[in-house]
Amino acid sequence: MDELLEILEELHPEVDFNTCTRLVDDKIIDSFDIVTIITEVNNTFDVAIPAEEIIPENFNSAQALYALIERLEEEG
Amino acid sequence: MYFTSSIFIAFLAVMFALYYIIPRKAQWVLLLIGSYVFYAWAGLHFLVYVLITTVTTWYSAVRISDRQSQHKRWMKVNKDELTREEKKAAKAVMKKITRRWFLFALLLNLGILAVIKYTNFMIGNINSIFGTGLNFWSIALPMGISFYTFQSMGYLIDVYHGKAEAQRNLGKFALFVSFFPQMVQGPISRYNDLAPSLFGEHKFDSKGIRYGMERVLWGFFKKLVVADRLVVGVKALISTPEQYTGAWVALAMFLYAIQLYADFTGGIDITIGVAQMFGVKLVENFDRPFFSKDTAEYWRRWHISMGSWFRDYIFYPISVCGWMLKLTTWSRKHLGNVIGKRVPVYLAMAVTWFATGIWHGAAWNFIVWGMLNCLVLIISQELTPFYDWFHSKVHVQDKWGWKLFQILRTFILMSSIRILDCYRNVPLTFHQVGTIFTTANLGEVFPGLTGLGMSWADWVIVVIGTLLMLAVSLVQRRGSVREQLDAKPVAVQAALFAVLLYVVLIFGAYGIGFDANQFIYNQF
Repeated sequence: MDELLEILEELHPEVDFNTCTRLVDDKIIDSFDIVTIITEVNNTFDVAIPAEEIIPENFNSAQALYALIERLEEEG
Repeated sequence: MYFTSSIFIAFLAVMFALYYIIPRKAQWVLLLIGSYVFYAWAGLHFLVYVLITTVTTWYSAVRISDRQSQHKRWMKVNKDELTREEKKAAKAVMKKITRRWFLFALLLNLGILAVIKYTNFMIGNINSIFGTGLNFWSIALPMGISFYTFQSMGYLIDVYHGKAEAQRNLGKFALFVSFFPQMVQGPISRYNDLAPSLFGEHKFDSKGIRYGMERVLWGFFKKLVVADRLVVGVKALISTPEQYTGAWVALAMFLYAIQLYADFTGGIDITIGVAQMFGVKLVENFDRPFFSKDTAEYWRRWHISMGSWFRDYIFYPISVCGWMLKLTTWSRKHLGNVIGKRVPVYLAMAVTWFATGIWHGAAWNFIVWGMLNCLVLIISQELTPFYDWFHSKVHVQDKWGWKLFQILRTFILMSSIRILDCYRNVPLTFHQVGTIFTTANLGEVFPGLTGLGMSWADWVIVVIGTLLMLAVSLVQRRGSVREQLDAKPVAVQAALFAVLLYVVLIFGAYGIGFDANQFIYNQF
């Protein structure tokens, strides 16, 4: 989780990713950020997030994103 | 059968009357019959294209769904006994089979669109590059083919990825593809958004119907009173470019922005309003786009359904596909972290905007239009640190004057790119825009306005109409205009409706010289 928070904070240092749960809904992160996050996640966790998983529910919070990474790791 | 024709009004009246008389279970069947009648009106032979897209997409989606369900059932029974590798292998087999059906329908339908829409463009390019004299193909573009193909392919992709349930009823799926209000110019609906209300049973909801009719009337106002009246003026400015340079080009940009806004949003108002009269909820396609403060925001608020389609089905898949991630790793290693991480996003943006451009039309002006939009978006992305620095030094962010500057800047920038639509000739467009900075003829404009085929009365109506659209947009900031109207006494509502109807009938641009039928986006 700390590695993920590092990725997110580098992108938007002004946001508190521990508490924010409306990253997409409140337009805090845009499509540019999402692609950057996916690339970083792939490099850091060796997990490829497919395009069909790019839905607000998966990117609205750091927790949701981490849960997605864990699920994709589990599925292999 | 154009929306603005009397035959459409008659068609709508018959459909509406029948819709609330017949058993509710049969309402979707009536919509299907009506949609096919509407489409056949444009040309019976065009139905062949719609039918091919409908049947191939429907059948492929059902086969994909069947295979996915079979896999799920098998996994449920056997999951405890399988190793992770065995699970992966079973999933890979399922994917291989479903991918065949997916690619079959996808390539067939995009192939039909490509062949019909782009063959003559390719022939023209071959002729001009190699000096050949290949004959152009004489084929009419089926009405709304770009819209219904993209809507169907969106559904297919969603089913393939397990995001939508396949529709097993061919008739219902045929209605999803052909629903008549959105056949002309969208919006491009997602299956999961549209299906519940499209196939649902609807009782006579007087409020919803009234809201729908009000919206239709407002759409007619925008289209007939403002957009169609401006057609003549914009055409005059564009058709004689050598005469109308400098300030006239700036005027053409401004007028075309208003014309396109009134035409397209008016058409969508009619579409959404008509659907609402039948109890069907369509997605919104605009969110007061001319109030956008930057280009990225503009594209989130203009033609939303198209933008989100390209984002979800082209931009994201390209950005995060395996080879793009490999390319990112490579570019980071060789070009450094700063440039390397931009490579996938900008490359995917370029492909997406190329596709967006060519989707609008098989011509270089649309491709250049797409690439210019991409360039502007990339530049504004790169300038973000500068803006952040500027705002940390100069605290103007919350000042209304700064916001107005941002809105005007975005409007002018988008208008100057959009003018490529008008001249339909890339070098000519650049030349004409260049004359704005080299020709001092501002004084000619006001005295010459009536030379554009529009009388002073036309100009006054256009100005009042535009101010009214602006006022409505400002009121929308406080929420739905119709909800606000609904809070007024019934007599006030009825009077406003009557006045608007009167204005459309009296001040609508009809007759010789006015193109009261064609919607600009119909040609895409």
